[in-house]
Amino acid sequence: MEDALFYDRMQFAFTITFHYLFPQLTMGLSLLIVYFKGKYLATKIDKYNFAAKFWMKIFAINFAMGVVTGIPMEFQFGTNWAKFSELTGGIIGQTLAMEGMFSFFLESSFLGLFLFGEKLLGHKLHFVTGLLVFIGSWASGYLIIATHSWMQYPVGYEILENGKFVLNNFSALFSNPWLLPSYLHNQAASLVTSSFVVAGIGAFYLLNKSNVEYGKLFLKTGVVFGLISSILVAFPTGDLAAKNVVKYQPVTFAAMEGLFETEEGVEIVLIGQPNIKEKRLDNKIAVPNILSFLTYNRWDAEIKGLNEFDESLYPTNIPGLYYAYHIMAGLGTIFIAVLAVAMFFIYMKKIEVKRWVLWSILILIPFTYIANTAGWYTAELGRQPWLVYNLLKVSEGASPTVSAGNTLFTLLGFIGLYLLLGLLFLILVGKIIYKGPQTIKA
Amino acid sequence: MEVFWFIVLMLMLSVYIILDGYDFGAGIIHLFFAKKEEDKVAITKSIGPFWDANEVWLIASGGVLFFAFPTLYASSFSGFYLPLIMILWLLIFRAIGLELRGEVNNKLWKKVWDKAFGLASLLLALFFGLALGNVVRGVNLGAVENGVSTHEAIYFFVPLWNAEFSPFSEALGIIDWFTILLGIIAVVALTIHGANWIILKTNSSINNKLKDVIFKLSVALSLLVIVSIIVWGYVSEHPLDNFNNYPFLYIFPLIGVFGLFNLFRIKKLKQESSGFLYSSMFLFGAFATTASALFPVVLPSTNNINPSLTVYNTAAGSYGLNVGIYWWVIAIILVAIYLFIQYKMFSGKMDDVPYGHH
Repeated sequence: MEDALFYDRMQFAFTITFHYLFPQLTMGLSLLIVYFKGKYLATKIDKYNFAAKFWMKIFAINFAMGVVTGIPMEFQFGTNWAKFSELTGGIIGQTLAMEGMFSFFLESSFLGLFLFGEKLLGHKLHFVTGLLVFIGSWASGYLIIATHSWMQYPVGYEILENGKFVLNNFSALFSNPWLLPSYLHNQAASLVTSSFVVAGIGAFYLLNKSNVEYGKLFLKTGVVFGLISSILVAFPTGDLAAKNVVKYQPVTFAAMEGLFETEEGVEIVLIGQPNIKEKRLDNKIAVPNILSFLTYNRWDAEIKGLNEFDESLYPTNIPGLYYAYHIMAGLGTIFIAVLAVAMFFIYMKKIEVKRWVLWSILILIPFTYIANTAGWYTAELGRQPWLVYNLLKVSEGASPTVSAGNTLFTLLGFIGLYLLLGLLFLILVGKIIYKGPQTIKA
Repeated sequence: MEVFWFIVLMLMLSVYIILDGYDFGAGIIHLFFAKKEEDKVAITKSIGPFWDANEVWLIASGGVLFFAFPTLYASSFSGFYLPLIMILWLLIFRAIGLELRGEVNNKLWKKVWDKAFGLASLLLALFFGLALGNVVRGVNLGAVENGVSTHEAIYFFVPLWNAEFSPFSEALGIIDWFTILLGIIAVVALTIHGANWIILKTNSSINNKLKDVIFKLSVALSLLVIVSIIVWGYVSEHPLDNFNNYPFLYIFPLIGVFGLFNLFRIKKLKQESSGFLYSSMFLFGAFATTASALFPVVLPSTNNINPSLTVYNTAAGSYGLNVGIYWWVIAIILVAIYLFIQYKMFSGKMDDVPYGHH
């Protein structure tokens, strides 16, 4: 069943990576739409209402994509990871069922009213439906990350003789120390993506000299939201999330940082390729003492390297984990820098003539998706080879009766279908952006 | 506690069948009977604001199944691997058919997504009927070959079909003559249900014709149901035991039969909502009857070596089941409020509502 396990993993990795391209935009974008609509209610300036409407059109397509690619995620726990579901369903089933009952019903009931009900509801109630969709989507993220946190740091359980995990403390699932930092880190990162999309489309309009009035609005709003959220991603949320890894998964932390030997006053590595055979980093560029300081707030603190741990405990894919983490952290730093520059020129009222800043923001849009994806790969590769940290291995979780041939067949099916979805998505969203907010009728 | 969650799950699935059932039915009517563009638009508009929330009943039922009966979830989802993944693909096609049709104003574009929506609806109705048939018939738990289990007692795998297409064959398939019978019943019943929804919620020009369709399909459905009841006695062991032990369960078949017979009077019904009510009664009655007959079994074993899966041997720990009641009750009250608001906002004929669906 080795091959079947490989295809099970590929299918989950592929479908979850593709799926999360959409919620990472809609969670943050719902907040920005609520902001535009609220601003309209406060000022009664039509521009803000049209801005809200324009982004709702893009939101609608993203949301539909998120829904249709999300359902396979819930199914796959049972279809491809039956053993995992059988053993832990009594626990992770709680939070996943709550997601369905609390957030999906809320989102789906009010989404139709939000997207198409402006005339029917009037502006104030329309604003409320937007708020409800926003709450629903953020609640969904919370319950998913509660599930994820239990896999990273299991709490509130006991293991029976037959190997089954049973819940013995419901509230522990929500007071899990892993949960809050991860959740806020993820939500802030989702806002970074949406802010860059909004600011980047604004930059596009200014560069293209079309929809200029909206270009300015989108750019300024996106840069302000983006700068705040990209700082929040790093500090305090990213910092706290990393400290959790240091505390609860020290071997993962060593692998993320590419730290093969225990050291004092550890440098932070900006660039370098892990060489597993020789147990060192090649082509290293590093700044001394910073990592010790960031981790323990002391310049000369000692950090445990991989040498302290038994090789059987190593994360399965050390280079993958190292790259995912460094891509995320590196891009996050670039986002803060570019947005700070943009903020400066907005303050100086010179942003429209600084075309290189506009280009930078536009070009960075896809990199926000890469940073979010790399962040999730860091979390997931960091937990490997475990499904439930230190308790249940990935190799013990797959469905026993589903053959490699069947899983390969469905994996290929998903790849083909999602390719089609991706193409349709790009065509339709491209069309809306190209037509621009000025063509939206009242 | 297991029985409570079994009832919750069956009720949630019943709501799913009644609500998303009319979406499937509307899709089937759309595929076969709607020729004019106005009628096509009226039909998609009538389910436009609802279908997404309706589909959530499936997701939420799946969630409750996962948390309350994890062993059943693991066993059945991996054992019915292929049809379930195909259901996922069909759900994707139905959704993008509905949502993307209005995005481009071009006849060919609309035609493609209309067909995707209609065909996906038809096949989904068929697949859900097949699924029910498979659960009633049972599966080879433990994948027993020559009297020996080749897997753990709760696991199995069913290919799409085998050459015999028989529910009594050694090697079972998803599709055999019994399960396909239930698949056809599901298609016919949901077509009637969808037609009733369209009559209730639209001013489309085919409404009168649909009453004729409902009448004819009700006759066909009655014959199919009679055949299925006769063969049921051969496929299942002692299907009437529960009814004889707990006679109040006879209420469910009675509700179903009452709904079905009243559908014959479709042309004489004064209120348009009555037809929809009767087809809902039939769907609920038929599903509840099936569940009552199986209980406490939820997936029968077709071999003598491994026991059937029941609500008792597949349930999660009792602490989890108890604590789940608190949040479930809160959530279901909220859901009832959402449903009330949603149907209040979109009451009456959907083509009269100033609702800017594309």
